[in-house]
This record gives sequence, structure tokens and C-alpha cells, in this order.
Amino acid sequence: MPSKRIPVVAGWFTEDGTEEDFRLLGTRCPLCSSVFFPPQKGLCRNPGCTGGELAEVPLSRHGTVWSYTDGRYRPPAPYLSDPEVPWEPYTLVAVELAAERMVVLGQAAPGVGVGDLAVGMTVEAVPGVMDAGPGDDGAVRTTWHWRPVAAGSSGGAA
Amino acid sequence: MSGDVAVLGAGMHPWGKWGRGFVEYGTVAARGALADAGIEWRDVRSVVGAGTVRGGYPGYVAGATFAQALGWQGARVTSVYAACASGAQAVNTARAQILAGMADVVLVVGADAAPKGFFAPAGGERPDDPDWLRFRVLGATNPAYFALYARRRMALHGDTPEDFALVKVKNAAAGALNPNARYRAAVSPEQVAASAVVADPLRLLDICATSDGAAALVLSSMDFARRHGASDPVRIRAVSTVTPTYPKAVLDLPDIATDSAVAVEPSPMSFRGSIARAAYEEAGIGPGDLSLAEVYDLSTALELEWYEDIGLCAPGEGAALVRSGATALGGRIPVNPSGGLASFGEAVPAQAIAQVCELTWQLRGTAGERQIPGARAGITANQGLFGHGSAVVAVR
Repeated sequence: MPSKRIPVVAGWFTEDGTEEDFRLLGTRCPLCSSVFFPPQKGLCRNPGCTGGELAEVPLSRHGTVWSYTDGRYRPPAPYLSDPEVPWEPYTLVAVELAAERMVVLGQAAPGVGVGDLAVGMTVEAVPGVMDAGPGDDGAVRTTWHWRPVAAGSSGGAA
Repeated sequence: MSGDVAVLGAGMHPWGKWGRGFVEYGTVAARGALADAGIEWRDVRSVVGAGTVRGGYPGYVAGATFAQALGWQGARVTSVYAACASGAQAVNTARAQILAGMADVVLVVGADAAPKGFFAPAGGERPDDPDWLRFRVLGATNPAYFALYARRRMALHGDTPEDFALVKVKNAAAGALNPNARYRAAVSPEQVAASAVVADPLRLLDICATSDGAAALVLSSMDFARRHGASDPVRIRAVSTVTPTYPKAVLDLPDIATDSAVAVEPSPMSFRGSIARAAYEEAGIGPGDLSLAEVYDLSTALELEWYEDIGLCAPGEGAALVRSGATALGGRIPVNPSGGLASFGEAVPAQAIAQVCELTWQLRGTAGERQIPGARAGITANQGLFGHGSAVVAVR
């Protein structure tokens, strides 16, 4: 029986479709077009805008690296991590999205270390899964990852 | 100047890991500040406590907690919380009460008892809390954000890990002279380079520890200070508690993303820069008038950003400034002569108050071995997560 798949937070990214269809989901103001991620509910935060209810919008799939780091030590709860399993450092990437003019943080895809990254490099948002926490009962928690785009490729294989 | 308030007394409980409660630390600091001021506790008409989220209910009502611990005497109490900027908000609240004529003498206290290792959000399932979400979704600790800024500086300005280490070496040398500091040993560049990487490119000795500690101030009106016999007290001339402007274009704790700049062009001045600018404007002085600065060196690399944000050098020139020795004791403009967070570790609500204690002692000329000769003006600068700016200008 396939494991149950649960998004780490519901509504922050697409859950169906292929890797090529994967998108982070923000919200956009119908009046001033400001974009919000994580998806802001309710009204626009632009102080000069009186726009109404924000609407869901997919974010750009590609962006450029603003900065990056890694976590050499296990973060505290509520990060889900089994203390019985030796800690594996993960990489964090802050990515600048040109169309939205904003920076979005995320973990890098598995196998991508700080040595594989450089400020200004093109990356893409891809579906990923998080480490299992204690008491997850085999459920898989889905999330988004940033992955470098291979030079000369439009995405996909990196 | 009519907006001045006098600093009559300053006191601390030494920083460390003492295994006691924050109330005890705060009470020691408060008694120290009262004794330094020569003020009887019964004569204090208002107490402002900087809160802590780590002490349960007493931490949320810190003003009342300290008033009770010192012995109820009927004073007005106020409790404020603004993350790392809590102490400056407490100072500002006291100042506003004094300038409004609500109280002649106000006691300001901040204290904390910190956990070992990373700060963590409050417990429970709280998916509406950005601070909870950044840990749950990304495992993004505070040092992770400091490391993102450090890496960005390396890419933009060519800073190196060796530049960052110079900040630790400088602050450790100053902290070694400060009896209230937690770490009082000199540190070499080799020791920084040999410490473990926590969040690339930052190592353990690049990142401030979490500490127990407390700081307190007795503030008064200038009239009261004169009547009390303090004819030339240290004066607080400005307190900046500004917030960011939309769109906030720099990724900041605890955010997972910045604001979008699609509809509105970001301010050319960073949020941190605007914190200092507001303080300078209110005080009527500029960076060239400073004798010293106390800035929030959560990481070594962040201290270099503050040099630029408070106007000690142009953007991108922070590393050159520390390399020149200008910001060390004996330099042109010493920064963190107390030893900074590098030597203290962070006791959140006490820290911004501790910065003002250091200004007070330096401006009085009583800072002992770390005294800056002839100090006349100083600024503190700090930023609390969730958009809290904090800067204090003191003069003599």
C-alpha cells in the first residue's frame, strides 16, 4: 500500500501533476498585483492599496540564488526529525523570483550541498519530501525544494 | 534639550549560565541600578519590565514580576515585549512617561534565563505563527539567517571568513576586560577557524551564545536629576523604535519570504539603516559625532553590516573598517567596547538595556580598563524579529 502523502503545510504548493507542473502557490492582490508567500489570506499588505480579497496565484518556477547556507546541527522541534537517526545536514537556499520581485526560502533538493551553489545561479522549484519525524506512522510529508538548473537545460534533469 | 532624560543609575547581573530564574537576575540588576543612582526603591514611581517568552506567565508581566520581587510599594507597572528590541522599548516607555510628567523616576529592568543551544519557538501546533512555521517547514534556525546574510556579503562585497573572525577577536579582547561578560578569554583567528561550522560559512565562534543575564537602568527627568544632585548626568537624547516600510525587501527572521516589490519600489535605505537614521535625526547628531557604538553582533558578519547601517562607513566597506582597527578599543570609533554579544551571549530582553548600561559607564568615564578616553556620545543599535527597530543615543 503506498504511503499517505501529507503536505507539510496545506495550500503552499501544488500537490497533483508532474514535476514540470509543480508550483509554489502564493496570493496576489487584484488591485495592485502585490504577491504574498506564504499565501496571505484576507487583504493586501501594501499600505497604499485598498484592494479586496487576495486570490491564489502560482509563483515562477525559476529563480536565482540570493544566498544559501546549511544546517550542520539538528534544529529543535517543531522541525520533524527522528533523534534516533544520525543527523544529515540539509541546505537552505534563498531564491530571488524576478517576476514577483521577492525572495523565497526553501531547502535544496537532496544531494545539493553548499559547494554546488553560487549567488546568482538559476534554480527551479521541485516537489520534495521531508525527513520522517517520530510518530509519522509511515506518512510522507511533501514540501518544495530548490534545485540548480543544469546549464543549457530548460529544467528537469539537474 | 527638553527631550532629554537622565540616566541616574545602571546595574547588571553578570551574564552566564547560572541555573537560576530570570526574576532573581532581574532583581540583582535592579538593586544594582538603584544603588548606583542613590535612589530608594520606595521612591520609584514606575517600573517598566522588558518581557521574556521563556519564563511562563511571570515573563509576560515582567514589570509586575520585578515590582513584586523588589517588594510591592504601589508603583505603576508596565510590561513590554518586542523580541530582541524589548529593552529599547522599555527604555522608550520610561522616557515617554518621564517626558509626559507621569513619573519623575522610572526603573527599567530586563532579564532572561536562556536554554542551551538554539532558541526554539513556543510549543504546540501553531501553523499560523511564522516563527513556528520556519522551524517546522525549513528547520531555519536563527544562525541559518545570520549565515544567509554572511554568504550574501561574501558574494556582494568579497568579505571572507577571516574578516568575520576579526570581529570575534576584537570583541573577545574587549570582553576580557568586562566583569559582567560571560566569556572573558582572548580568542585568536586560528581558534575561530578551528571551531565547528554551524551554518556555512559561520562557525561556532562567529555566532553569539544564548545566556542568562539581566540589566537595569534608573531614569529620571532632568529636573529631578538636578534636585537629586546629579548636575551633569548621562542623558538619553533619542530612542528609535521604528518599523520597516513596505515592501521589506531583505529576508528577515522569522520570514520565509520577503515582501514583493511588484507594486511599490523598496526604500533605498535598509530597515537597519532607517533605525539609526531615526535616532540620529531625533538626537541632532550624526555618525561623525560618536565616541562609541554598541551594535547587535548576533554574528560576526552582522556586526560588519551594522557599521554600514549606522553610517560608520559606506555599504560594503565594513570588512575594511574592522581590518583597519578603527572599531577596536583604541581605534577611531570603538564598536562594542563592552565585548558585545560575542562576549555576553544573548539574554534577549536584557540585551538592549545592557547596551545602554555600557554607554552610561563609558560616558561617565567609569568603564575601567576598557574606557574610551573622553567619550561624549554613543549610539546603540539592535533589531528584534517581527520588525522591531531599536537604537538609543546617549550623550554627556
